[in-house]
Amino acid sequence: MGATSSFEGATPVKSKIWTLRLRQAIDRHLPMDHLLPDRQPYYVGSWVYVFGVITIAALVWVIVSGVVLSFMGPQWWHDSSLGRFFNSLHFWSVQLFFIFMVLHLWGQYFMAGWRHGRAATWMIGVVIFGISILTAFTGYLSQQNFDAQFIAINAKDAMNSGGIGAFFNVLNFGQMYGLHVMLLPIGVTFLVVVHIVMVRSRGVVKPIDPEGGAGS
Amino acid sequence: MKPMGATQEQYYRGVRMVPYDLVKELALALVGIGALVLLLSLFLSSPDVAPVTIADWAKSDPVDLVTTATEELAGSTTTAGYGQPYNSTPDAAQTWGPIAPQAWFGVRIPVDAADAFVLQPLQRASYSNTELGAALTTWHTAAADQQTGWLDAYTKALPDATVTDGKVSVASGDYGPLPVMMSNLLGIAQSGGLDGLLVINGRFYQTDYTQPLLFMGDGGYLGGLAEKANLTGSLWGMMNETGMYPGQTWLWLYTMWYQVFPFNSDTGFIGLNAGNADLGIVILMTILTIGLALVPLIPVLRDMPRWIPIHRLIWREYYAPSKGSARTT
Repeated sequence: MGATSSFEGATPVKSKIWTLRLRQAIDRHLPMDHLLPDRQPYYVGSWVYVFGVITIAALVWVIVSGVVLSFMGPQWWHDSSLGRFFNSLHFWSVQLFFIFMVLHLWGQYFMAGWRHGRAATWMIGVVIFGISILTAFTGYLSQQNFDAQFIAINAKDAMNSGGIGAFFNVLNFGQMYGLHVMLLPIGVTFLVVVHIVMVRSRGVVKPIDPEGGAGS
Repeated sequence: MKPMGATQEQYYRGVRMVPYDLVKELALALVGIGALVLLLSLFLSSPDVAPVTIADWAKSDPVDLVTTATEELAGSTTTAGYGQPYNSTPDAAQTWGPIAPQAWFGVRIPVDAADAFVLQPLQRASYSNTELGAALTTWHTAAADQQTGWLDAYTKALPDATVTDGKVSVASGDYGPLPVMMSNLLGIAQSGGLDGLLVINGRFYQTDYTQPLLFMGDGGYLGGLAEKANLTGSLWGMMNETGMYPGQTWLWLYTMWYQVFPFNSDTGFIGLNAGNADLGIVILMTILTIGLALVPLIPVLRDMPRWIPIHRLIWREYYAPSKGSARTT
């Protein structure tokens, strides 16, 4: 059914106003009671459901600490104890982000969370996982310390062998730093928002039916 | 169980719904993770081992630096014979049958190892050094055979070199201008000058460390430090971090392949071996990543969650006999 004008009363007539059509499409596909529901099926009671939320919480701390580090510049955390502290916040929140993201991934696998029209949600989750690895990798390359040097020298062979190194030069600090603080975090954050909207628009998947199979 | 209908209302029809506070859950997670991150940061800090400079290398292991520079001139280092994207050394790029992405994109980051790491820095330093200028003139005007003869002789003499006050000495021999060139390069390196000369780009600002990292990678000093820090590939390489800190542990599967057949073998299997392990593992990991994304479409993989009863632990309440009446209808 197409979007209808609010002035048309009960008669559904497709509106020519794009703004109205967008608003109505959002209302139809993601009403607020789906985006922020106050009730869930009774079987949503396992800790496994919390892994996704904890991953988001860790991502928030990754971004907050990362914004401070990027604002102060790449030398700051080597030269000041406060900078080193913020780097530690960034380091540990990244570690926790990955731990809970992997737990979330395994949890969703054993719940077959892709069932009933949720395959795209799973696929975007895997893409987020991949881009997160790339983001962390460029972060390790941007550290400007011994680890960054050694990782760059070793990683170049894998990148070059796949032809990627011709465009993604791990020995080029400027390129890696730019990708790490700007493009890749925007990509991760955008896809996480899309992932959450997809989860909320369809709701959590039902338990696996013993007779119906995981793919049912 | 029916596939999802047009709305959540249809999907959950007949399912008992209970109060659930998502916002409170997120707030608690933010506080909990924030507190945990704070504690870990306060008590464990984070790794930051100072980077190695070429000056460090030149002072700590001058023979290694001079040997590496000599090999750069001889064209026998990893970088000198690397192939794409740095140079066009024939048959150097990793291939697997007709698959050769390294060669496909050509020389996009040109690096002439002898010129970039040795001759150009010396040329820049020779303006106020007549002895070095004369040595470079001798080098450039010599025939290729003559240069090769000097390099061979000097390379053979270097393993027995002695170091006095940071200067490298070899036994007497016919090395042409090489001793003068190398002693000057070592002096420039020890003063920190080579660190700057290898990133010079004709502009004021620079952020590209391709040349100094390639040069240091060709030597043995940085690799030796990495081995002491348990960072080398045979010890799972890039997923490690200096000290006792966790590194990129999420790369465990990628680094694991380097430890197993055929990627750790000289003979290998179906054309995959240690020589093209990077390419083979990149292809394998690409396939596995695509496979992970497509799990919902792959029979067996998508059915395994039903066969493995972990879901019965996750949804204990749903599968409990006493709750049977609360199941979906």
